[in-house]
Amino acid sequence: MIKNNMTIKIGGEAGQGMDTSGAGFARALVRAGLQIFANQDFMSRIRGGYNFYQLRVSDKPVYAPDDATQLVLAFNQQAIAQHLREIVPGGAIIHDAALKVDAAALAERNVHAFAFPFEAKALEVGRPAGMDPKHAKLMLNTAALGATAAITGLPFERIAQVIAENFGKKKGSAVADANLAMARWAYDQALQSADQFAWKLIPPADGVNRMILNGNQAIGLGAIAAGCKFISAYPMTPATSIIEFMTAQAKRFNLVTKQTEDELAAILFAIGAAQTGVRAMTATSGGGFSLMVEALGMAGMTETPLVVVDSQRPGPSTGMPTRTGQGDLLFLLHASQDEFPRIVLAPGGVASCYADTARAFNLAEKYQCPVLILTEGFQAFASRSVGVEEMPFEEFVVDRGKTLTDADLDRLTPGEYKRYALTADGISPRALPGHPNAVYTATSDEHTEYGRIEDEDPANRIAQHDKRMKKIEAMKREMRMPEWYGPKHAPLTLMGWGATRYAIREAVDLLNAEGIEANALHFIDIYPLDETRLANELAQAQRLIDVEGNSTAQLAQVVRVYTGRTPDDKILKYDGRPFTGAELARAVARMNTQAAKARARVPARSNEFLRVRAFP
Amino acid sequence: MIDVTTIKVMPEFRLLPKTYDGEREVTWCPGCGDYGILSAVKQALAQLQIPPHRVYFVSGIGCGSKLPDYVHANGYLGLHGRSLPIAQGVKLANHDLKVIATVGDGDGYGIGAGHFVHALRRNSDITMIVEDNKVYALTKGQYSPTSTRGWISSTTPDGALEVEFNPVVMAIAGGATFVARAFSGDPKHMAAVFAKAIAHKGFALVDVLQSCVIYNPINTVEWYRPRVYKLDDDANYNPRDYAAAMNKAHEWGDRIPLGVLYVDERPTYEEQVAALANGALAKQPLRGYSRATWDEFRAAVM
Ligand SMILES: Cc1ncc(C[n+]2csc(CCOP(=O)(O)OP(=O)(O)O)c2C)c(N)n1
Ligand code: SF4
Repeated sequence: MIKNNMTIKIGGEAGQGMDTSGAGFARALVRAGLQIFANQDFMSRIRGGYNFYQLRVSDKPVYAPDDATQLVLAFNQQAIAQHLREIVPGGAIIHDAALKVDAAALAERNVHAFAFPFEAKALEVGRPAGMDPKHAKLMLNTAALGATAAITGLPFERIAQVIAENFGKKKGSAVADANLAMARWAYDQALQSADQFAWKLIPPADGVNRMILNGNQAIGLGAIAAGCKFISAYPMTPATSIIEFMTAQAKRFNLVTKQTEDELAAILFAIGAAQTGVRAMTATSGGGFSLMVEALGMAGMTETPLVVVDSQRPGPSTGMPTRTGQGDLLFLLHASQDEFPRIVLAPGGVASCYADTARAFNLAEKYQCPVLILTEGFQAFASRSVGVEEMPFEEFVVDRGKTLTDADLDRLTPGEYKRYALTADGISPRALPGHPNAVYTATSDEHTEYGRIEDEDPANRIAQHDKRMKKIEAMKREMRMPEWYGPKHAPLTLMGWGATRYAIREAVDLLNAEGIEANALHFIDIYPLDETRLANELAQAQRLIDVEGNSTAQLAQVVRVYTGRTPDDKILKYDGRPFTGAELARAVARMNTQAAKARARVPARSNEFLRVRAFP
Repeated sequence: MIDVTTIKVMPEFRLLPKTYDGEREVTWCPGCGDYGILSAVKQALAQLQIPPHRVYFVSGIGCGSKLPDYVHANGYLGLHGRSLPIAQGVKLANHDLKVIATVGDGDGYGIGAGHFVHALRRNSDITMIVEDNKVYALTKGQYSPTSTRGWISSTTPDGALEVEFNPVVMAIAGGATFVARAFSGDPKHMAAVFAKAIAHKGFALVDVLQSCVIYNPINTVEWYRPRVYKLDDDANYNPRDYAAAMNKAHEWGDRIPLGVLYVDERPTYEEQVAALANGALAKQPLRGYSRATWDEFRAAVM
């Protein structure tokens, strides 16, 4: 028996409800005290196509998906075709009796197939409950949950509770009862085969209840924790669920959330709100961010604190909406004309999405500039069981920098307030509009210390530009160096940023377990970084392998500009899919042998769409 | 902070138009219609006794958009075409401020047209004053959306091919709750119209026929003077009558109506936002929720 360590995949067409049943199962497991990591792989269409929900379960925290699959729930033929290869020996597939499986191929790989007449039973159970065939068929989901619980040894009550919750409230008790009956029937059927399946889910006795949140929800929650009360956005996958989440929480936390006519308006609404002193944000993907670029520069020019999230998808223009990538880093560093201070953060993992978003609001007000949060599709959709202690709300300390209080403003002499006063650190005391002692304009033209248009005077231009740019020095002192993971002074260092954090960590663990000593250097704070401190960090790396979700190694380019250090090898993936630890470990191991061997000049081929380059 | 809404104005503290005088030199060309607009704006604010710190101007880029730079009041001089979303963001975050957007026709109806259409529907409680000189003045005379068809400019040497944009028709059709027209050659009437627009609860558009002495040699003060007439003089005109308003909004040429074309009542956007029921967002505490609320959230995602 293998306890509490498995991956389950639930696959079918969009509209069949795999995400609902997957999320329901995840919830049941987490309530039982287990830990989960769940991600969805879905196409950019509303009905049809092929989607799957992937659930990794453990009794320890899990941060990334795994390649190896123990159990597949197949709702259509394609689910079988797609995942059969991934099932480990001894694993199983649960499917409707009407679907075809190649028994010989299965037997050869020692994979069990458990077939049940789910659909026939659903129609039979649904009819007396007054469900039409279309709705009755949706009960496949609950049946699959029942079967999964039985096969994995989870007590029926665990899922009965979630099913009752899912259906009890909205749909009336006849439907809820029918679903429970379906689940019970499937549970009893599957129980007979349970001893053929070695992986079991046995909730720990001392299990604590955790939250289930994805990266986008964590970003929204981090914003709320920091006192953000305003989000304006235009729907764009994979960022949409940030405004959706905050809108769902608007009544609870008294937030204003606004879907605007386009992304230009989205960022401009947020700038207007921020100008009054409200902590404000917007969220989009690369295409929408492209539209926001002019206004981003305006926020830089008027020194408006603002948080902008770019949830990356692969490809220029529309690209691949539901997929993931890391192609926007250089764009965000340079977006908008001329020069102005900005901060770029790339959170890695759910807890980091929370904490670094919250931190972004303090940084934005402290340095009176836009703070850009770079996340990506994989992280936006992937959810994890998170302990309450991982998202501390009470401890967060609000830092509004040089924002003037009413008491400060009361002491001012009317007419003397300078919004853009030249100061030693470049940060000018910021009055919020509405006080009689500080009546002022903010201006996107070059401006005087008072914020009045000054398009001509060269001395004023230099003074104001230098004032703004000076803020970068203080930022550099505050920004965090990349974090190390794994054994110190390992001969091999994997370098990455943002959402690949835990896949890289897992690769490091796997490599070390295989006897290849390696560690990782991971960036969350991307810009601006102190060059000397960064060079010192990189000096500790021996053979440096850059791992990125783009084709030109964008972080490596930045690191090279700031430190002169070039990575020895690169692992670049831009097929729209996330890295897994196992895949990375294999690529590194292969590279290692290659490098050790003839120092191959030819790029290694990979059927995993990794661009692995060995540099002679 | 002093809540000015509760202050009784003593005669000696009365706000006069000069209260809003800016400290800068005005750089418009001598004879520009924008001077009249500037003075009418100050008169309207004085009429309504709104102190400078409670006013928030938002503008774009263009000759007309420089207006907030010449006024003593709060303001945000933003990007070309982008004043309305900024103005609505300000209003949503602090509805205690009187928010007034002052832009040119190119800014408001050309590059900013997308925002204009949606602001009409939204009925945010802001005022939009368009300094409509029917030309792109700051960029030296190219045609604008309100330029007459056939207008000859550096980019339309054979005359503009598009029909002109009718902002007042658009505004009425689009759901604005206050639509008016004023004329830069009649500052007194203009000030009265501005005061009504600013006092109106909801989105108010005032399209101001503005003379540009440099780039618009056709729509001059002399051209307008014999053509304009005031709707206020017509006791039978009812601006709440949609069909009548649409009729008037289409009138152009020999006779051009000035004054309030259309008025409607609809809840403002801000009035309908639950989070604003307890006062302006900017005045609410940053983390105003309790520990219990947070725990409630945690329980909901468990
Ligand atoms: C994005 C952008 N495009 C173009 C410009 C150049 N520009 C400045 S003002 C203007 C047009 C001004 O016309 P209008 O808004 O009618 O104002 P006016 O100068 O006539 O008062 C243009 C095209 C700009 N500032 N920003
Ligand atoms: S160019 Fe025309 S609009 Fe601009 S300031 Fe001169 S007269 Fe006024």
